Amino acid sequence: MIEQYLLSLAIFSPIAGVIALFLVRPERTGLVKWTGLVTSLVTFLLSLVLFFRFDPEMAGFQFSESAVWIESLNIGYRIGIDGISLLLIVLTAFLTPIALLGTWNSVTQRLKEYTMMVLLLEVGMTGVFAALDLFLFYVFWEAMLIPMYFIIGIWGGQERIYAAIKFFLFTLFGSLLMLVAILALGYQASIAPEGVFTTDLLRLYEIGPTLPATVQLWMFLAFALSFAIKVPLFPLHTWLPDAHVQAPTAGSVILAGVLLKMGTYGFIRFCLPLFPEASIAAAPWMSALAVIGILYGGLVAMVQTDMKKLVAYSSVAHLGFVVLGIFSMTEEGMQGAVIQMVNHGLSTGALFLLVGMIYDRAHTRMISEFGGVAHVMPVFAVFLMIVSLSSIGLPGLNGFVGEFLVLLGSFNSDVLGTKVFAVVATTGVVIAAIYLLWMYQRVIFGPVREEGRYHGQALKDLNLRESTTLAVIVVLIVWIGIYPSTFMSRSGPASRAVVKKIEQVRSGSGSELARSSEAIRTSPPQP
Amino acid sequence: MVTTLVPLIVVFPLAGFLFLGLFGSRIKNEGLIGAIGSGVVGLSFLSAGWIFLSMLAWEVSDRTFSVELFPWIASFTGNPASFVSSISYRIDELSVLMTLIVTGVGFLIHLYSIGYMHGDRGFWRFFAYMNLFIVAMLNLVLADNFLLMFLGWEGVGLCSYLLIGFWYDRKFDVGGFKPGTASTNDAAKKAFIVNRIGDVGFLIAMFLIVDRFGSLNFDFVFGAASVLSPGNVTVFWIALLLFFGATGKSAQIPLYVWLPDAMAGPTPVSALIHAATMVTAGVYMVARCSIFYALAPDALMIVAVVGAATAFFAGTMGLVQNDIKKVLAYSTVSQLGYMFLAMGVAAFGAGVFHLMTHAFFKALLFLGSGAVIHAMHEEQDILKMGGLRAAMPVTFWTFLIGALAISGIPPLSGFFSKDEILWKAFSSDYGSPLLWIVGVAGAALTALYMFRLVSLTFEGAPRYDTQHVHPHEAPRTMTIPLVVLAVLSVIGGFVGIPESLLGGNAIEHWLEPVFQRAHAKLALQSHESGMTEYILMAVSIGLAVAGILAGRILYLRRRDVVEDWQKRFARLYRLLWNKYYVDELYDAVIVRPTVNLSERLLWKWFDV
Repeated sequence: MIEQYLLSLAIFSPIAGVIALFLVRPERTGLVKWTGLVTSLVTFLLSLVLFFRFDPEMAGFQFSESAVWIESLNIGYRIGIDGISLLLIVLTAFLTPIALLGTWNSVTQRLKEYTMMVLLLEVGMTGVFAALDLFLFYVFWEAMLIPMYFIIGIWGGQERIYAAIKFFLFTLFGSLLMLVAILALGYQASIAPEGVFTTDLLRLYEIGPTLPATVQLWMFLAFALSFAIKVPLFPLHTWLPDAHVQAPTAGSVILAGVLLKMGTYGFIRFCLPLFPEASIAAAPWMSALAVIGILYGGLVAMVQTDMKKLVAYSSVAHLGFVVLGIFSMTEEGMQGAVIQMVNHGLSTGALFLLVGMIYDRAHTRMISEFGGVAHVMPVFAVFLMIVSLSSIGLPGLNGFVGEFLVLLGSFNSDVLGTKVFAVVATTGVVIAAIYLLWMYQRVIFGPVREEGRYHGQALKDLNLRESTTLAVIVVLIVWIGIYPSTFMSRSGPASRAVVKKIEQVRSGSGSELARSSEAIRTSPPQP
Repeated sequence: MVTTLVPLIVVFPLAGFLFLGLFGSRIKNEGLIGAIGSGVVGLSFLSAGWIFLSMLAWEVSDRTFSVELFPWIASFTGNPASFVSSISYRIDELSVLMTLIVTGVGFLIHLYSIGYMHGDRGFWRFFAYMNLFIVAMLNLVLADNFLLMFLGWEGVGLCSYLLIGFWYDRKFDVGGFKPGTASTNDAAKKAFIVNRIGDVGFLIAMFLIVDRFGSLNFDFVFGAASVLSPGNVTVFWIALLLFFGATGKSAQIPLYVWLPDAMAGPTPVSALIHAATMVTAGVYMVARCSIFYALAPDALMIVAVVGAATAFFAGTMGLVQNDIKKVLAYSTVSQLGYMFLAMGVAAFGAGVFHLMTHAFFKALLFLGSGAVIHAMHEEQDILKMGGLRAAMPVTFWTFLIGALAISGIPPLSGFFSKDEILWKAFSSDYGSPLLWIVGVAGAALTALYMFRLVSLTFEGAPRYDTQHVHPHEAPRTMTIPLVVLAVLSVIGGFVGIPESLLGGNAIEHWLEPVFQRAHAKLALQSHESGMTEYILMAVSIGLAVAGILAGRILYLRRRDVVEDWQKRFARLYRLLWNKYYVDELYDAVIVRPTVNLSERLLWKWFDV
């Protein structure tokens, strides 16, 4: 019984915490925190059950469930996961308790509502990664927007309203276009031979690739725009620094750790398999934007004065690597992109936690206010060093595994047929070293400030709770860096399946695009 | 037995790093920390020594083998055609020699550090970093594939960064910064970033190798390469890009600028990382990839020219420095240039030979300078020293041996290795008399700047405040490594005495199997040594002696002549003093435009 509904249980288990929180009096902050933490830990345990029960040898989706929802439109509650969604679900379930624990005392206002929002957000995120029905996917996608909007708008910084609305408008604009494309795709299914309207992803996987190239291209663009905003891909990234800087620490951790991956996940799950020809045609453009993002994000991060903004811009660069890997359409690139999503969640999540921890103490994030922090917070300095190195992509830590495979994939991509993107993107590794080490130097090194006071505050080193939270992340950073097989062998078959689909289209009897242009050229002029 | 020893070579220092890194701050006993830190490196050395002795007894064909531990980076898609790499160590004549140098010299320097770092607040942290460095360096030289080598490559860069900036609250003048505004960490950061620029070349070379050969495994790639014919364009680019990576790590033109500033680190670090081991990684890489260079004679020529040019120009810059460690730093850049010159004229064995002897005498010189700096209460300016000979006899005599060795005075080690390089630069099919002239001019400069250093530091009258500074000999933990290294600097060359001097040239024969593929491809002619070799030898010895005498006379008796020249050739002097303004050039052409672009255009104007 439970076996059968294990995935649903994992998705909706945080709801139990939300219900329990309704019964807790808001003044009992300890109980509120523990309820949130225990709930998210239970969800994490459930995700681990999924992780270990998952059969890495098996292709296709596992833990599938299906139930009719709107019969007339053939919309269903269809869920299931492959290795890629599995890793992202585990990441989500891992980062939620981490975010709660890492910011244990940071939120003081409306703590109960805040905890409920975080748990609701988790439901939406997990649902997005598990949905195998486009309508269901859309519902989760939008549902997740609301708690995030409130988290930024209520518990954010000085200009939280502006940032929340900007975040909301950008995302909403993209998702509305996606909704139109979903409906159009369902319609295409209905006009197929013996077809009916449906949003069943597995059925649409069969329909999508058969669509004429121009139709594919329009639908691809609608989906891609929505995902590109979420990633965010240059030049649609401008909502991100504002949202990050204004969001409370836990919000930033989840935003960077999980929400951004919805965009890249969307590319892998929907754009490539549904519209393979359009994806192939778009690959050079997407790669170009990704490379611009890598350089641009890095260069702008370099000149930031606010630590949090620096980390936010570094996200633009890191996600550029993910997109570059996806659109290399090679096994190496795809797997690199998948593990890079996890890596970014861990490293950037940890960076936001660290920035949050020092902000809680000094009440400022301006780099110029610090210097010599190593003297007063040596443990903090060590963690910041390890996490920065992971973000820089030092071999032996997780970031390198993803970056190397992404660049290798892009370099040797047959679809792209050019090495330019990979070569230019490789210079991004220099920029990453510059902005992170420079920030590190200005914050951590140098002589200690007057009597160890920063911004008028005496800084205490990390306590046991904070150190433990970070240590858990560091263990994973090293684990993935040295022995990525544990994680990547689970996503391998799924990545291969996506790449194979593209290869089939390419090696098939000429691509649809080529055929149609061929047809135009060869067709005799009509009298 | 031997196969279990191989991973242990790496595991010992790794255990040392983890133990000291996690618990070091709680150990109050310096002796214990020092014993653990040095002990693990010593165990590595013994393991490597055991393997080496076993190998001596084995057939040549049995000496090369790999020990695979587990898969590392791969696509993990189950597709046998997709990319795979492993954590896997390779033993052969070259890697075992490098391992012996790294762990042997490394052990001596760890031992020395117990005395040198005595009383430092970060004593445990220092040994943790040093152990981590040994781990990374061993991965670099023992890797059986490019990717694991790159792990070591970047790992040593990290340790270099951590150790250059070890005293993180100190000021230090760094090239490209206004005097008085920079700190040790600026030097550290500069080193890391300049190295990363080179690493871009290394990375792209790896992508090309996978593209062309489908693997990064040495045996597989070199085997596949050996059936190609010379002049292959892809291989040329691979060779050139790898060499660009090497110019970063091994401080060659155009990326040498970080090494002189790396002297901000504690002196044992300069000895171990920035003289004896890490900076030779590029030389090791070219030697390891000799087949690529054999297939790309154009790349070979570029290596030779860059090496010779660096050897000469770094020597000229070393001539006018007043910081004892910076003189040695430029000297290191210059000596690395000789090693690349050897590589570039396809004398791979000679290059590795010089790598080894240089590790002995340059580590010795740096450790000696450390003893001097300690005795002078952290003073590094040789103009404020003088006459230390009497107070520090062990340091003086060992330093003198090092200086004679590097100057190429027979029968010290440096003579044999440097002379082998110069001879090959002249006589090899890929050499030319011009390369020999540049090389021999550099050798004369070497003798000159070294004996300027010896004269100003140890001889003449004291120029320091004798009322307050009372120099004394270093403690035993510091002098023992000096003596051991001095002995090695004297006898280390005997393994490479050439046939022309009735030696067996054991080291080149030992390494021959490693370079077999390259040599087969190059089809090198054996040249009759005859009279030419003896004449060239005599010329270089003569120039070395002249350099030594000039150094002694000019800086002990006739300082007036030097001062006169400084006035008469003021422009040239300023050019050298400012290191040809290369730091300033990079700052103006690369650094500032990038920051301006990012700040003014991208962020404040474009990004809304």
